[in-house]
Amino acid sequence: MAGEKQRDVKISVRNLNFYYGGQKALFNNNINIYEKCVTAVIGPSGCGKSTHLRVYNRIYELYREQRAEGEVFLDGENILSPSTDLLELRRKVGMIFQKPTPFPMSVFENIAYGLRLHYKLGKGEIAERVEKALRAAALWDEVKDKLNKPGMALSGGQQQRLCIARAIAIEPEVLLMDEPTSAIDPIGTSKIEDLVKELESQFTIVIVTHNMQQAARISDYTAFFFEGEIIEYGLTDEIFTNPKNKKTEEYITGRFG
Amino acid sequence: MKLDSKKSAKNSKNPGDEAFKIICMVSASFIILMLILLFIELFHHSMPSIRKFGFGFLWSTGWDPVRQDFGAFPSIFGTVLTTVVAMLIAVPTSFVIALFLVELSHPIFGKVVGEALDLLAAIPSIIYGMWGLFVFAPFMQDHVQPFLSKKIQPFLDSAAAFIGRATGIEIGLPFFSGSGMGIGVMTAGLILALMILPFTSAIIRDVFKMVPSVVKESAYGVGSTTWEVTYNVTLRYGMQGILGGIFLGLGRAIGETMAVTFVIGNAQKVSMSLLAPGTTIASTLASQFSEAVSQPLFKSVLLELGLILFLVSFVIQILAQLWLNRVRKSAGGGL
Repeated sequence: MAGEKQRDVKISVRNLNFYYGGQKALFNNNINIYEKCVTAVIGPSGCGKSTHLRVYNRIYELYREQRAEGEVFLDGENILSPSTDLLELRRKVGMIFQKPTPFPMSVFENIAYGLRLHYKLGKGEIAERVEKALRAAALWDEVKDKLNKPGMALSGGQQQRLCIARAIAIEPEVLLMDEPTSAIDPIGTSKIEDLVKELESQFTIVIVTHNMQQAARISDYTAFFFEGEIIEYGLTDEIFTNPKNKKTEEYITGRFG
Repeated sequence: MKLDSKKSAKNSKNPGDEAFKIICMVSASFIILMLILLFIELFHHSMPSIRKFGFGFLWSTGWDPVRQDFGAFPSIFGTVLTTVVAMLIAVPTSFVIALFLVELSHPIFGKVVGEALDLLAAIPSIIYGMWGLFVFAPFMQDHVQPFLSKKIQPFLDSAAAFIGRATGIEIGLPFFSGSGMGIGVMTAGLILALMILPFTSAIIRDVFKMVPSVVKESAYGVGSTTWEVTYNVTLRYGMQGILGGIFLGLGRAIGETMAVTFVIGNAQKVSMSLLAPGTTIASTLASQFSEAVSQPLFKSVLLELGLILFLVSFVIQILAQLWLNRVRKSAGGGL
């Protein structure tokens, strides 16, 4: 399946180490994330999956004691360099969190907010782009009559798709998803999974998940993390059918984690 | 049968529980009783004044104990003006302080400043009043007020003249006219601002802290700056709590007595200039009560002023509650 795809490298991580204060959390991570694919990041709790993901948009920098060392290239440019424009980086690299995080404003404003930050648009254009984003997030039909209702009034699954719409409205290149379905019911989860498969043609998606079936269902590549190291990385089909490392095998067969 | 068993279950309750419940209920009812009795007392003792002056009391500017002529307008005007000055200064300042403490400062420095804020809130108001009279008012007189009246007032005058020519309506903007004596409405407003600052800052700080970090992260995640996150997301998320803090400050500013009495000048006059002396309801009460004891009408006038203050605070609380409900509905969540 993934073999037919072009394999342009979108993100290239070189010798990434990460520290929470004095505690080291990532050890020498090296990985190439391919363009317009879904890459799943799996591993037991506390193995550094989310930590790794949070380096890609430098959101960890909000916390003074956290720091990353090494290089992360996005289209060949090292985003860890101090000269990186963080606002532009975060426009290019969107993020979806474990819990839906609608802003305390209307459904419409939730999406228009990001648009206004990055683009100078007229009223009509904003409305157009909001609709486009909601359609792309498969939410339009459900919310077109409640655009002025608070975003927090939607169901959990809808809120999460609203967050996805908000992220894709500003036309990012990469979408980071940190266990986006862990707080969502099964129906909402399957809608989000379908959505991820659809969005794959336009965006490079990296998704952290605890759910092995989910990783197998939606991803082209899978990286297995254990204790801050990337133990194994490859095509999802191969990782799940023929893991090379014993730890990987134990984890995906449910012997620990 | 079922009813019976229910009843017996109720009867078998621990008598201590019942007694405690009754004690709690009596204590709680006492608050309502106090409120009602206070209102009745104030109203009853205001009656002589109400009968004599009627509603005209509210906009009359007279104040002549010898001729028994009294009006509430200077006090009401001064209360509103000092409160507005205080809020205009305190609210934006506390917002910036809270933003700095939560989002920008080094955690240790933030903690030290936070503790200092809490200590500031514990200083008795008489201290603020004395400091205001002996230190702050002379400073205002020597440095701030000459600047305002000589440098800023000419601008206001020419602005007023310009508007007069453009619209044909004669107006004046004498906000800083006259030579300040240090004490006055503006000094009182500034002292008030200083007094409510610890309250509003502490509440806004706590609200900022309570906004879940994942909500802030997702706002940063779409490429917002710290200011944009704070203004568009954190502030809205915590709007209810912040409004609550602002109204707490407002309530304190309206009723503050000692500090204001020290620095406002206690003049029963209405002046548009912030540099002029004035009075507030609370400071009128504090400064006139000793003279009023022997004059029944004078005493009744002061009690009616008290009643007005009581009602104003009451109405503000109700408006605040209604406003909060509206904000709660439109945000659909948050704190």
